[in-house]
Amino acid sequence: MIYFALLILVIISYLFYYIGKKRALNLKFNGNIKLSSQPDYFGYYVVLMALIPALLMWFGLLLFKGNFQEMFVMSPILFPDISTWSDGKLGLILNKLNNLSVIVNLPLDDLTNGEKSILNMASENELTAAKNLANFDKIYGWSNLTLFIILPIILGFLATRSISGKLNAQPIVEKIITYIIKGSSYIAILITIGIFLSLVFEAINFFRYVNPVDFFFSTGWNPNRAFVVDASEGFDKDDLENAFGFIPLLTGTLLIATVAMIVAIPLGLMSAIYLAEYASKRVRDIAKPIIEILAGIPTVVYGFFAALSLAPFIKDVGESVGLPVSAESALAAGLAMGVMIIPFVSSLSDDVIKAVPQSLRDGSYALGATRSETIKKVILPAALAGIMGSFLLAVSRAIGETMIVVMAASLRANLTFNPLEPATTITTQIVTSLIGDVEFDNPKTLVAFALGLTLFLMTLLLNILAITIVKKYREKYE
Amino acid sequence: MNSLNKRLSAEKRFQAYGLFAVALSMFFVLILMWKIFSTGSGAFVRTTIEANVFFNPDFIQVNQNSLEKELYRASYVALADDVVRQNHPNLNEEQFIKVREMYTRKFDYQLRDYLLDNPDKIGQSIIMKITASSDLDQIVKGNYPRDVPEAQRKINDYQLSVLDKLTSEGKVSSVFNFWFFTKGDSRDPETAGIWGAVMGSLYALIICFSFAFPIGLLASVYLEEFVKPGKVTDIIEVNINNLAAVPSIVFGLLGLGMLIGVIGLPYQVPLVGGLVLGFMTLPTIIIASRASLRSVPPSIREGALAVGATKMQTVFHHVIPLSLPGTLTGTIIGMAQALGETAPLLMIGMVAFVMEIPGGPLDPATGLPSQIYLWSESAERGFLEKTSAGIMLLLLFLIIMNTAAVLIRRRLEVKW
Repeated sequence: MIYFALLILVIISYLFYYIGKKRALNLKFNGNIKLSSQPDYFGYYVVLMALIPALLMWFGLLLFKGNFQEMFVMSPILFPDISTWSDGKLGLILNKLNNLSVIVNLPLDDLTNGEKSILNMASENELTAAKNLANFDKIYGWSNLTLFIILPIILGFLATRSISGKLNAQPIVEKIITYIIKGSSYIAILITIGIFLSLVFEAINFFRYVNPVDFFFSTGWNPNRAFVVDASEGFDKDDLENAFGFIPLLTGTLLIATVAMIVAIPLGLMSAIYLAEYASKRVRDIAKPIIEILAGIPTVVYGFFAALSLAPFIKDVGESVGLPVSAESALAAGLAMGVMIIPFVSSLSDDVIKAVPQSLRDGSYALGATRSETIKKVILPAALAGIMGSFLLAVSRAIGETMIVVMAASLRANLTFNPLEPATTITTQIVTSLIGDVEFDNPKTLVAFALGLTLFLMTLLLNILAITIVKKYREKYE
Repeated sequence: MNSLNKRLSAEKRFQAYGLFAVALSMFFVLILMWKIFSTGSGAFVRTTIEANVFFNPDFIQVNQNSLEKELYRASYVALADDVVRQNHPNLNEEQFIKVREMYTRKFDYQLRDYLLDNPDKIGQSIIMKITASSDLDQIVKGNYPRDVPEAQRKINDYQLSVLDKLTSEGKVSSVFNFWFFTKGDSRDPETAGIWGAVMGSLYALIICFSFAFPIGLLASVYLEEFVKPGKVTDIIEVNINNLAAVPSIVFGLLGLGMLIGVIGLPYQVPLVGGLVLGFMTLPTIIIASRASLRSVPPSIREGALAVGATKMQTVFHHVIPLSLPGTLTGTIIGMAQALGETAPLLMIGMVAFVMEIPGGPLDPATGLPSQIYLWSESAERGFLEKTSAGIMLLLLFLIIMNTAAVLIRRRLEVKW
C-alpha cells in the first residue's frame, strides 16, 4: 500500500510539474503575458504547493497513529478494567489484537488450524476490539491514500490556477528550498538532541528504581535479580541494591581497552613511522592498503575470530605453561580489539607525522643524528600533541566497541585486573539487557539506557579532550 | 667509535621494530582471511543421498487433479518416512529412526517443493538427491572425526555402516549449495540460507541511503554555500564531528528509545534499522560532501553569478553537479560501514530467527552482519561453516562497494 502511495506521489508530482510549466508557457506565448520567472519555476512552484502540506499531514498522522489506534480500540466499554492495566499488559493485549485483526475478517477456509485455535481462544470483547482494529486500519489506510492523492490534486489545481503574470514563482521556490536545506542541516543537531533525550529520559526512569549512588559505586552486578521479581508487584529496594553496580563493568571495559591499546599503540605507531620514514614507495603502496583492510573488516568478524580461534588458542597456550586461563578471557577480546584499532592509530599518526615539516628533519640530519634519533628526538616530540590525540580517539573507540566483546568477552561481571580472567564490559551488558524481552517498565531493560548515557558521556569527554589537546599543544609551522 | 657503532645498531634495531610492526599487521590480515576461508568454504557444497522416490498418493492424500493449494497444504511427513523405508528395506523401528536421522529433517519440504513444480509426478517414481542431515554432512566433509569413540560422535556406528554402504553404491554425492543463496534462516544448518538476511540488509541500506544522502548533501550545501561562518555553523559543525565519534551502539539505543519507544515504529524491521544506520552515516556523508564542495573552485561560482544566475541556480546547476562524484564516494564508503555495523541492529531487534524472506522494509528481518552473529552463537558445527560463509559474502559486498567508490573517484572526479 505504502509503496503504491509513494509511486502515485511521484507520478502526481511529475504531472504537476508538467502542468505548471505548460500553463506558464501557454500564458507566455498564447496570452502574450510577460512572466517574471522562467517557466520551469512555475512547474516547481505547483509541485511544492501540492506536496508539502500533504507530506506534513501524512507525517503527523504517522506520528500519532498509535494514539488514534488506542483511542479507537482500547475503549473502556470493551475492557472495563483498562485503567488498572500496566503498560506491559496494554502492549501485550494490543499485540494480541493486532494478530487477531489480521485474521478476524478472513473466511474460515483460508485459516490454518493454528489461526483457528487463536480465534477460538479469544473472548467476545477481544474479537469486537480486533474487528474495530481491522476497521481502523482500513480507515487509516484510506485516509492516507486520500491525503496522498486528493489533497495534492486539489492544492495543485489551485496553485495552477494562481499562475499569472503577477505571480513571481522563482523567489517563492527559492525561499522554500532554502528552508528545506536549512532544515536538513539542523537534522544533525536534532539527532544529537534525540540521542541525549532518549538516553536521559530512560536513564531517569531507571534511577527511579535504582539509587544512582548504588549504580555508580556498588560492585555487584546481577541484573537478573530484577528479572525474577515480577514487575507488576513492584521492586523491593533491597533487591536492587547490589544488582546494578557499575564498577565491575567499568573495570572490565578499561581492562579490555588497556589490552587493546597495548597491542594497537606500538604496532600502529611503529607501522606509521616505518611507512612514513623508512619504507620505499613500492612497499608503502602495497603495505598501506593491506593494513587499511583491517579497518574495513566489520567488527562482527573480529568477534567471531576472537571467540573461535583466539580464545581457545590463548587458553591452550596458557594451560601448556600451567596458567589457568578462562575461555572468555579479557585477553582474547582485547587482542582482537587491538588488531582492529591498529589501522586507526597508524593512519591518524601517519597524518600527524607527515605534517612535521621536512626542515626539522633536515636540521636534525645536518647535526649528525641518525634517522631513528631524528624520529625519537625531533619528529615524535613535534608531533606529540597529534599522536596523543589519536591515542585518545582510539581509546574512545575501544570503549564503545560492541561486537568483539559481545562475542568474545564474558557475560558475567567480574571485578578483576587480571587479563586471563573473564571480564564483562559496558557495551556487552547493554546488549544482554536488551536481548530477549524489552520492557520499558523493568530496570533490567532500562539499565541499558543508563549504561548508554554513561558510555556516551565517556566517549564524548574523550573526544573533546583529544580535540583540545590537539588544538592547544599543536606546534604550528609556517 | 664504539658509541657510533652503538648508535648505528640502535638505528638498525629501530628500523627492524618498524618492519616487524608492519609485517605483523599484515600477518593479522592474512591469518584472519585464511581462517575465514578455510572454515567457510564447506558451506558452498552440501551432501546429498540419492534415493528412489515414489510419490504415493495414499501418503499425501492428493491426486492428479488436486489444486496447487491442496498440494501445498498436504502433509509430506508420512511420504518422507515411506521413502526412507523403501530405500532401506527390512529396518526395525530403532534402525529406522537412526536412518531417518541421516536425512535432513526438512526432507518433506524438499518433496513438497518438487511436487509443486511437477504436479504430474503424483503416483510415479523418480530418482532424487535428498539432502543429508548436517551431522552426516560434516562427517562426509571430514570436519567430524570418524575415529573417536562412538559416544562422542553424533553419528553412531550403525549410521556409519549405512553411510559406507551408500557411498560404495555411489549414492552419496556433493552438490553446489544453492539453498545457501536462496533461502532464509532455519533451525537446521543444512537448510539455512543467507538470502533473507541479504534482503534485510538491502532494504535497510535503501532506507539508509534515501535518508542520509539527500539530507547530508543539502546540509553540506547549506553549511558550505549559504551561510557565513558564525555561531550556528560552529554548533552544527561541532555537532557533526561529535556524532561521527559516537559509538554505534548508542545510535541503536536512539532507535530503540525514540523510533520504537516514542514514535511507535515496529520492532525488528529494516525501516528502523535503515534509519538508525542513516543517522550514523549522515556525519560521514556531510564531511565528505563538504570537502568535495570546497574543492570546486570559486571561478565556477563567479562565472555563473556573472551571467545572471541566482545563488540557488549557481549552486544547484553548477556547484553540486561538479561536487557529486566526491559526495557519492563518501556516501558509498559510509554505506559500506553501515552494512557491516551490527550493534545498532541488535538494539532494534533485527537479530531474531526469521525464516521468511522479507518482502519490504516493514517485514521482520535480520541483517547480514546480525545473521552472522546469530549463527556464530549456535553450537552446531554446520552453523560454524555458515557463519564463515556469511562473512565471506559480507566481505565480498564490502569489496564491491569500496571498489565502486574508488572507481567513481578515479573516473568522474574533476581535478582542478
